Amino acid sequence: MSILAAAEGANPLIPPVGEIIIGTIAFAVLAFVVIKFVAPRFEQVFKARREAIEGGIERAEAMQAEAKASLEQYRAQLAEARTEAAQIRDTARAEGQQILEELRAQAQEESARIVARGEEQLAANRQQVVQQLRGQIGTLAVELAGRVVGESLTDDARRSGTVDRFLDQLDGMSATTASADGRGGSSAYAPQGDR
Amino acid sequence: MTSSALALNGVLAVESDPGGGFTPPGIGEFFPEAIASFSLLGVEFEITRITLILWVATLAMVAFLVATVKNPQIVPGKMQFIGESGYSFVRDGIARDVIGPKGLPFAPFLASLFFFILANNLMAIIPLAQISPMSKFAFPLVLAVICWLVYIAVGIRNQGVWPYFRDIMFLPGVPKPMYVLITPLELLQNFIVRPFTLAIRLFANMFAGHMLLVTFALGATYLLTVGNFSAVFGPISALMAIAMTFFELLVIFLQAYVFTMLMGTYLNGSVEPAH
Repeated sequence: MSILAAAEGANPLIPPVGEIIIGTIAFAVLAFVVIKFVAPRFEQVFKARREAIEGGIERAEAMQAEAKASLEQYRAQLAEARTEAAQIRDTARAEGQQILEELRAQAQEESARIVARGEEQLAANRQQVVQQLRGQIGTLAVELAGRVVGESLTDDARRSGTVDRFLDQLDGMSATTASADGRGGSSAYAPQGDR
Repeated sequence: MTSSALALNGVLAVESDPGGGFTPPGIGEFFPEAIASFSLLGVEFEITRITLILWVATLAMVAFLVATVKNPQIVPGKMQFIGESGYSFVRDGIARDVIGPKGLPFAPFLASLFFFILANNLMAIIPLAQISPMSKFAFPLVLAVICWLVYIAVGIRNQGVWPYFRDIMFLPGVPKPMYVLITPLELLQNFIVRPFTLAIRLFANMFAGHMLLVTFALGATYLLTVGNFSAVFGPISALMAIAMTFFELLVIFLQAYVFTMLMGTYLNGSVEPAH
């Protein structure tokens, strides 16, 4: 109890010198360690961390730029491919058109040729028929006339002259009728309409 | 023997005396028995349990800080993270933001202050210690005097002797007749009030906090052992002691921060010429 009694008289605001010295030493020890050792290490760590973060950001930026560049490249390639495809399509279409045109022209030509040949053949047939008929009609007419007249008109030259003149007259008639009803053939042969 | 145990002895002693009643803990709390005492160069040194607590707290904090930076990693471990948070709290929150761009060189000193006060304050609620060395006026006083010397030295070094004192004594932009009033006030404030309030604020907070805790703890013990109806109030007192311990935890951090923060503002005044 003597200690307590002694303490009651003490003023807590009057520090003993010994305590001041001890406190100074204690703080000096801690401050020395912090200032000389702890703080520099922390600063070092902060610096390293900042650099690491900045480096990371830089790397990320580089990668992003790279990705962007390749995206652009792909886009360009895609656009190129598209135009190319369009070109190919256009060319193909044009070629198809051309082939179609050619085929059509060919077909027309062919048909024209067939028509021409048919016409030629018909003309030849007609000619032939006309020739035959001319001969037969002449003979028949002369025969008929001979029978009617009762005398034989066998003189070839006279006969043929008369017959030919008659036939020419007939031809002239058919030509005028043919031009009158607007069609290429004469009424002398029948199957002109459908060939 | 812990201080509480010592006080308990007192209580028991009182109890054996039927007419005594409860004696609240007194100033004796802060003057424990000396474990050893010696005289060196004419100065008396008394090693008490508070002195031991001071050393335990300081060395524990040193050991902790050294452990946190022993193997520093860019991605911190748990230990490093705690130390780093404390350091960057002072570095960024006080050195950089309060003092300004020139403040970073003071970060280690401010961090030392913060860690030292924090470690010692924490002793106020750590079992078996349960008294903060900062409730002995000598230790806050030491810190305040160191701060006082530092901010004056920094002011003189940054601004020159005469400009530093001139700007304090004759605030620019004040009408001349006002100097009669302002000059003594400024001198008093800058060179006497500042260090004194720094020391007193920390000391008084820890002193009062300890008294509060001891009073409630001893009160609970007394009420439970007095042997009559008062025992009902014992648990209430004990609960109060626990609640006050959490409050004390807040005060511990707050006072460490306030001390460092104020030192930051004083350093700011020294680094930057007065406006």
